[in-house]
Amino acid sequence: MARQPEGPPPPPTVQKLRLRYAKRGPLRFASHRDLARALERALRRARVPMAFSAGFSPHPKISYVGAAPTGAASEAEYVEIGLAERRDPEEVRAALDASLPPGIDVLECVEALGPGSLADRIDAATWRVELPGVAPAELAQAVEAFLAADVVTVEKRTKNGLRDIDARPAVASASAAEEAGCAILHMVVRQVTPAVRPDDVLAALVAVADLRPPSPPRAVREAQGRLDDNGTVADPLGPDRVASTRCQGEPATV
Amino acid sequence: MNGESLYPRLEPLLAQVQKPIQYVGGELNAQVKAWDDVAVHWALMYPDAYEVGLPNQGLMILYEVLNERPDALAERTYAVWPDLAALMREHGVGQFTVDSHRAVADFDLLGVSFATELGYTNLLEALDLAGVPLHAADRDETHPVVVAGGHAAFNPEPIADFVDCAVLGDGEQVVGDITDVVAAWKEQGRPGGRLELLGRLARVDGVYVPRFYAVSYGPDGAIAAVTRTRDDVPARVGKRTVMDLDEWPYPKTPLVPLAESVHERMSVEIFRGCTRGCRFCQAGMITRPVRERTITGIGSMVDQGLRATGYEEVGLLSLSSADHSEIGQVAKQLADRYEGTNTGLSLPSTRVDAFNVTLANELSRNGRRSGLTFAPEGGSERIRRVINKTVSKDDLVRTVTTAYANGWQQVKLYFMCGLPTETDEDVLEIAELAVEVIRAGREASGRKDIRCTVSIGGFVPKPHTPFQWAGQASAETIDSRLRLLRQVINADRRVGRSIGLRYHDGKPGIVEGLLSRGDRRVGRVIERVWREGGRFDGWSEHFSYERWTAAAAAELEPLGIDLDWYTTRERGQDEVLPWDHLDSGLDKEWLWDDWQEALAEEEVADCRWTPCYDCGVCPTNGTEIQIGPTGRSLLPLTVVGR
Repeated sequence: MARQPEGPPPPPTVQKLRLRYAKRGPLRFASHRDLARALERALRRARVPMAFSAGFSPHPKISYVGAAPTGAASEAEYVEIGLAERRDPEEVRAALDASLPPGIDVLECVEALGPGSLADRIDAATWRVELPGVAPAELAQAVEAFLAADVVTVEKRTKNGLRDIDARPAVASASAAEEAGCAILHMVVRQVTPAVRPDDVLAALVAVADLRPPSPPRAVREAQGRLDDNGTVADPLGPDRVASTRCQGEPATV
Repeated sequence: MNGESLYPRLEPLLAQVQKPIQYVGGELNAQVKAWDDVAVHWALMYPDAYEVGLPNQGLMILYEVLNERPDALAERTYAVWPDLAALMREHGVGQFTVDSHRAVADFDLLGVSFATELGYTNLLEALDLAGVPLHAADRDETHPVVVAGGHAAFNPEPIADFVDCAVLGDGEQVVGDITDVVAAWKEQGRPGGRLELLGRLARVDGVYVPRFYAVSYGPDGAIAAVTRTRDDVPARVGKRTVMDLDEWPYPKTPLVPLAESVHERMSVEIFRGCTRGCRFCQAGMITRPVRERTITGIGSMVDQGLRATGYEEVGLLSLSSADHSEIGQVAKQLADRYEGTNTGLSLPSTRVDAFNVTLANELSRNGRRSGLTFAPEGGSERIRRVINKTVSKDDLVRTVTTAYANGWQQVKLYFMCGLPTETDEDVLEIAELAVEVIRAGREASGRKDIRCTVSIGGFVPKPHTPFQWAGQASAETIDSRLRLLRQVINADRRVGRSIGLRYHDGKPGIVEGLLSRGDRRVGRVIERVWREGGRFDGWSEHFSYERWTAAAAAELEPLGIDLDWYTTRERGQDEVLPWDHLDSGLDKEWLWDDWQEALAEEEVADCRWTPCYDCGVCPTNGTEIQIGPTGRSLLPLTVVGR
């Protein structure tokens, strides 16, 4: 019934690469959709031999893992790409980084060799939130009050309007610090559904301690990965690196 | 005047607005130059939202041309949405450029490109946000020189009080001349202040400085005369024409935004100008003569542009792309070159003939065949003779049927409503056509799921066209004809469900009509509308017809004229039109004759393949038609995207 494209199907994926990239500076205002478009174009400019899906509108094989919200900077965004020809991961990293606008920086690229998908290796993120104009002591008090609470209900805007969520259980740890006179909130947040974002935690600090920053806070996602029993977040590319050293020189199995 | 970045003060505001990415710049291929390294600073504005303005070819071309000069820099600025504008006013942050977030007020020149008149209120908003006096007369030498360009600048009279200059025609060369004048004047220590600078600019070919021309009005409300107030400026200002497009292969490195924009593709202009002679079309009239880019010039721009951007789609732009003398070879050779690279090629298909389907088939060789657009513009053969867009009903149905038979599932037909001499019957023929197209298409393709979208725009008479004298159809006329059309299409459900009807009500067209054919008195209406909150008039959610009619009544009635006087009133042959002192090259007598021929339903052929009909452009401007074929071929390349 439906018209099929003429010719053979597109070449299969022969290599999967996993990338970590940062969004920095003014580009923290880019949304996930903005970043996805920029990445697809950069892959073309960098001439990365992407594998494509079949059909009339073939899409390059790219899978994204949990993007940071618009307005939040990040040092740890992850994406997996499928290639139709094998390439050296470091060369792909450098070429892609050069093809992206400054502020979207590709930091690491490894071949997907270790066990499990990227998504399986990420269930939490480390955040650092700068609160200009907030006294560090005031932040410390608010964090203390938040951690002491069992339930902190905040209003969250979702596709279906406003709904109440409990921000407390998603926060694995939180602490207040000070750098150059500016209050800094460090926290580890679990990736749960519905998502609890830094804005929700900040709303929770309003709820528990009436902490109202005079100007908009700046959030940076510092790391993502699996939260272990010690409260640290593991490098999600670690298993691939381990596997890569073990099977160096051997062709990848896909 | 130091070009300091406003970003530290802007950044906290961005966290509080919708789509902040549109204000941060940093696009691929954006350019940032040091302020103190150059003599002349240009801010270039597209007076609409970033998503509409960023892909604008004109602005992108001038941005590159100016930044290539060692003595100049150019940065871009766009209309800011009301949410950010309110915060900027609250925190004292001025209108800024997205490249380096410099204050627009710091620049030597603010060039504003008007593709449509509906951007005028956004100009006032930007000037006000920038802290630049709204009225040119109130500015001094510390303020930027405000320059209007684009097609609407061929009648800049409604904004004559707000701009210092208007530039007629192609911008590539004239921006260089303006830069030279400003650089010399600054170098000499700004002799004679702003007035001397404007006097020098008024002597640049193609530059109109409204303050050096006085307008007087007669007792009937019409213009009595437009006279220059100093004899060192031209009595009539001519337009600029770039003759060799291959010498101007811009944009070489098109801007690629992070934010979503209205055109997610790169564009290559394959020729400029059009002599098809469609009588409603201002673009076709004011951009004559036709100047083609050669097939090899097109090939290298496509290649370079794809490498520079990573776009997956290339649009081959012009006013009627299928008319390029070598379009068949262009399409075939480009399709060959990019075969297997997931690169899409597209032609804004407007001409209604089978050749266009062949071209579209060629360009979509490797991709999907989703939609194809044709623009018959008029519903009946009679009205198509009036507008000089002649195509018979049989040809039209045959062409569209061919498209369905070739696997295109959706055909869009573009029409206008409110054309001169139009009756209800002319518009109702659109329904007959659409029904016939669906019936024939189902038969030819053997499928029931084909669709035809009928898209209808209200006609607005424009300056420098044969219809410049026409009375515009009232909003009520347009609305009632479109209602009637909808009823007829919906009457037959079995066919009607395959036909989509898209149109807007007639009200915005009336405001566009006021602004298109207005004179300097309309400036007061624009200013009042802006003061009462008018912004983004091209956006239905922001446009308020009532605000415009109330402002028009308040400002025009004391002068003995009104909105109808500017819009629905037919003009006589002897009336002085507000743009008569601005010369598009078209001979006014030829325009009038063509208007009379339109009323007599007579056609005129294209001068590219029939003898010259003396429209006046070539002799006036010392130009001539520049078309191929060249017979050249594209060289094989190392292909992009592999």
